[in-house]
Amino acid sequence: MSEVLVVVEATREFGVKKVTLEMLTLARGLGTPSAVVLGGPGAAEALSAKLGEYGAAKIYAAESAEIDDYLVSPKATVLAELVTRVQPAAVLLASAQEGKEIAARLAVKLDNGILTDAVALDADGTATQVVFAGSTIVKSKVTRGLPLVTVRPNSITPEPAAATPAVEQLTVSVPAADKLARVVNRVAEQKGSRPELTEASVVVSGGRGVGTADNFKLVEELADLLGGAVGASRAAVDSGYYPHQFQVGQTGKTVSPQLYIALGISGAIQHRAGMQTSKTIVAVNKDGEAPIFELADFGVVGDLFKVVPQTAEEIRKRR
Amino acid sequence: MNIVVLVKQVPDSGADRNLRTDDNTIDRGSANNVINEMDEYAIEEALKIKEAHGGEVTILTMGPDQATESIRKALSMGPDKAVHVLDDALAGSCAVATSKVLSAALGQLNADLVLCGAESTDGRVQVLPHMIAERLGVAALTGARKLTVDGGTLTIERQTEEGYEVVTAETPAVVSVWDTINEPRYPSFKGIMAAKKKPVQTLPLGDLGVAPAEVGRAGATSAVLEHSKRPPRSSGTKVTDEGAGGTQLVEFLATEKFV
Repeated sequence: MSEVLVVVEATREFGVKKVTLEMLTLARGLGTPSAVVLGGPGAAEALSAKLGEYGAAKIYAAESAEIDDYLVSPKATVLAELVTRVQPAAVLLASAQEGKEIAARLAVKLDNGILTDAVALDADGTATQVVFAGSTIVKSKVTRGLPLVTVRPNSITPEPAAATPAVEQLTVSVPAADKLARVVNRVAEQKGSRPELTEASVVVSGGRGVGTADNFKLVEELADLLGGAVGASRAAVDSGYYPHQFQVGQTGKTVSPQLYIALGISGAIQHRAGMQTSKTIVAVNKDGEAPIFELADFGVVGDLFKVVPQTAEEIRKRR
Repeated sequence: MNIVVLVKQVPDSGADRNLRTDDNTIDRGSANNVINEMDEYAIEEALKIKEAHGGEVTILTMGPDQATESIRKALSMGPDKAVHVLDDALAGSCAVATSKVLSAALGQLNADLVLCGAESTDGRVQVLPHMIAERLGVAALTGARKLTVDGGTLTIERQTEEGYEVVTAETPAVVSVWDTINEPRYPSFKGIMAAKKKPVQTLPLGDLGVAPAEVGRAGATSAVLEHSKRPPRSSGTKVTDEGAGGTQLVEFLATEKFV
């Protein structure tokens, strides 16, 4: 069977990201997955066990001390060379900032079509996308070149399929043309132990109704009790209650967790754009007419400062 | 500094948006067409740089006739002039072809700095800035929440999952911005009046050295096969809190096996 390249998303702290396991699972529907690790020396070694567990028959290790010093260009160059050499059946990347950027450059280098934010993938490379604030389902296909597709996190449940990957080291040279955008500093920000917003199976979000930055503790408390991530509506972010990287909606993140809890969020269309495909939606809002209730599987009309502490207390009691 | 801002007209994200049933492209006829919101932040950033360092700000749009409205709106914020790439052959262009056309137009404009929004609210694809940079052989600094200009050196801060990165490049470069970078100004009455007289140059495809077969539906590198409306979510149970709202919420979570 032909090879399908999966470009690995991983973090130093948590290793292989869930979206990578989703991509490996999707890749098995199109061929035999080969994982491509683009990172510093030793990066592939640390990830190989997990990649094998989810069916990577091969790992291409493009490791270089320099590769992370410049914004995505060196990675796109290595990947383009690999694609030209092995002629895979498809190339999958994560629909995250870097994955999309590498894919963009790859599309131009290879004069190849590109599809982003796929939530499903058929054996013939047809991708399913959900667009226009979750209102429309689209099926698309790359019509020039191979299927070059970025996959939205939390689209499918990863399924293990043990394999023992052979590792092939790739030679990485970073030409001057790929050194134009230099990363001079990476600053880690306190994140705590919460799961990443786009990958979390539970997301608890707060909106304007939360009222102050300090009150977001309530949102965090409930998220922690459920092992979830914290999100915020644009109104809450614009009011300075919570940082922008946690914004859910049109100009923020798109999430698709098993459970989404909206606290004090009215549910403007721009917010719904980012959470409409969640499996189960729960809302607490004091305004019974708030549009968020139109999509909530369970809604509580009431004061979140009363309802949320009681919810937290009741969850603790049941443990 | 010679700054070009990419502006795209999109259907209003605050209203219902549809794909056409005949050719699977965006239904612009039924939509309220507006400037892509993120592009207003790019315009604001361009104007701030011009105010601090001098230079000229040009709007570059590829789009149908009606995109003229968005170009005038953009000009009313303060840019000096605009270029409108307008050609019937462009309808239905994919991202790869769009980047080819915009790169060809940018090649004629001699920009030191190309500013654009990080994504459009219709496609949300986020690929254009890197595609254009790849074609032009210039740096791409993408997803900026902060941009500093020091002579010919550009430095951005961009948000990542782990924190943020500081990335730097020399001009010429493409910089894409998020809505956290500034607060766009509202056009003044004077600005709106002045915009009517600002030069808008129309560029047909022929002037860019791009063949009609390379763009539009004919030259598209991907195709929408089918589309359908997602069934609207139906609302479930709604209770009014009369002292036991939190408990009822947990009971629901328990039946769904979340607790």
